[in-house]
Amino acid sequence: MTATYRRRRRVERLMFGATAAATVTTLGVLVFLLGYLAWQGASSLTWSFLTALPAPVGEPGGGMANAIVGSAKLLFVAALVGIPVGFLGGVYLAEYGRGAVADWVRYAADVLNGVPSIVIGITVYALVVIPVGHFSTLAGGLALGLMMIPVALRATEEFLRLVPDSLREAALALGAPRWVAIVRVVIPAASRGIATGLLLSLARVAGETAPLLFTALNNRFWSPGWSQPTASLPVMIFTYAIAPYEEWHQQAWAAGLVLLTLVLGTNVAARLLLRGGAIGSA
Amino acid sequence: MAPAPLRRGTHRGDVVFRSLSLGFALSVIAIAGTIAVVLFRQSALARAAFGWRFLWTSSWDPVALRFGALPFIYGTLATTAIAIMIALPLGLGAAICLAELMPRRLADALTFLIELLVAVPSVVYGLVGVFILVPAMRSFETIVQPVLGSVPFFAGPAYGVGLLTASILLAVMIVPFIVAVSREVLLAVPQSQRDAALALGATRWETVRDVVIPYARSGILGSVFLALARALGETMAVTMVIGNRPEVSASLFAPAYTMAAVLANEFTEATDKVYLAALVEIGLVLFVITLGVNAIARVLIARVRRAPGAARP
Repeated sequence: MTATYRRRRRVERLMFGATAAATVTTLGVLVFLLGYLAWQGASSLTWSFLTALPAPVGEPGGGMANAIVGSAKLLFVAALVGIPVGFLGGVYLAEYGRGAVADWVRYAADVLNGVPSIVIGITVYALVVIPVGHFSTLAGGLALGLMMIPVALRATEEFLRLVPDSLREAALALGAPRWVAIVRVVIPAASRGIATGLLLSLARVAGETAPLLFTALNNRFWSPGWSQPTASLPVMIFTYAIAPYEEWHQQAWAAGLVLLTLVLGTNVAARLLLRGGAIGSA
Repeated sequence: MAPAPLRRGTHRGDVVFRSLSLGFALSVIAIAGTIAVVLFRQSALARAAFGWRFLWTSSWDPVALRFGALPFIYGTLATTAIAIMIALPLGLGAAICLAELMPRRLADALTFLIELLVAVPSVVYGLVGVFILVPAMRSFETIVQPVLGSVPFFAGPAYGVGLLTASILLAVMIVPFIVAVSREVLLAVPQSQRDAALALGATRWETVRDVVIPYARSGILGSVFLALARALGETMAVTMVIGNRPEVSASLFAPAYTMAAVLANEFTEATDKVYLAALVEIGLVLFVITLGVNAIARVLIARVRRAPGAARP
């Protein structure tokens, strides 16, 4: 064994050690983040947090029930906007999309995917909030829905493409019109993957704060109906974290834990579901 | 019974279904176009009033209605650049370890965990940033100040919040991107390339350094640009820890401001039309920058994905 070779092996060990250290650091951040949040959040999470309205400044207790309901309503509106466009647009791209139009749609989806969320907020503010004259659940939901579209679109297209052509050909050979083949055979075959993809797109926007700041705004009370400002978990976390009150900070941690549990829970569930195979019996 | 006529595309249901899905697909183009048009038109007042000077003047005075976006552009570019400098070695190192060294099953499991970090909402990063990172940075700055305080980069009082704090938080947020995409492109390098280098007597590290990384270079660069795009547009976490002061300062410890952060903080308070238009113009600048960065990322990643003979499929 020459000295050069020993030196080269030493360099190898050193560099690979460094890459291992980088991996450990990255994972360490993850563990620390989740662990600290779980610890802080769990110690401030109470039953009233989930069921009560925010308490006035200085009063202990109170909760974020209105923000939890508000987030759910916002996501409902977002789904109404994002899922039809993302899903049917994805069907077009996968089943008909070979020409220049489809390339333009893909490009537009890429652009939309890269638009900073705060810019989406500005756009909805200019298009909806200013003409209507007030902040609302609908405007906030629309902003989130726009953010969902590119993710939902790509997921639908990808999973439909995984369906073997033999299935399409079999349906057509039996005399089914193309649209019947798509609706009755191709989409059901990919339904598990598509449903998971749509769920993930919803989870992605569930934690978005920036597009809500000038669309849904915030609210310390219940927001009846759909056309009034509403609280949401992400905006509440932001507001409470930068406020100077200790009780609010505790509430922010609890809200953070609830939000992260929902988002990560959805992600883990979706990935485990997909591991069983995206294409299966419907 | 006569067989149905075999002509393609004549079924009325086909026409309806195709048009319906086409309509929704086209609406994606319409939405992207609308965003661009809205930003352009709503910023008309500011563009007329300040012209191109908007981009390099640094007075931000809502009272006198004089607006220049330089502090915000500087803040965005500086935090992003520092974040990449921290995140790239970390992310690429982890990607090499996960792609080249570890057993596949373990690496897959760890990658799964790291990819979960991508899904963490930015406001949660902000929360942790405000209560953990900012106090930590404040004590760090207090320790460092007596030694390095005379160097302009580290001058000024120890606030805790500031340019460096925001950059570190951003770095934490973008590392998972770099790891996930880089690992994918490293795995796409053909096994024959590694075998050839090893057969010539290279150590495994030399194989990685001289063969695998050069082969995957444009894909790794693509992952960096993807991370860049996210960092540029990142709003909440940065707003919470950067200190929000519209000044260009050489010090890393000084409070700063970014384009996204000023939008988050001031947009609902902008009562004057010119003020509002100036803010929208900042949004327009941000939009154009991220558009460019994303386009570069797509090109770079597509170039690698098309490469034939990926290893270990």
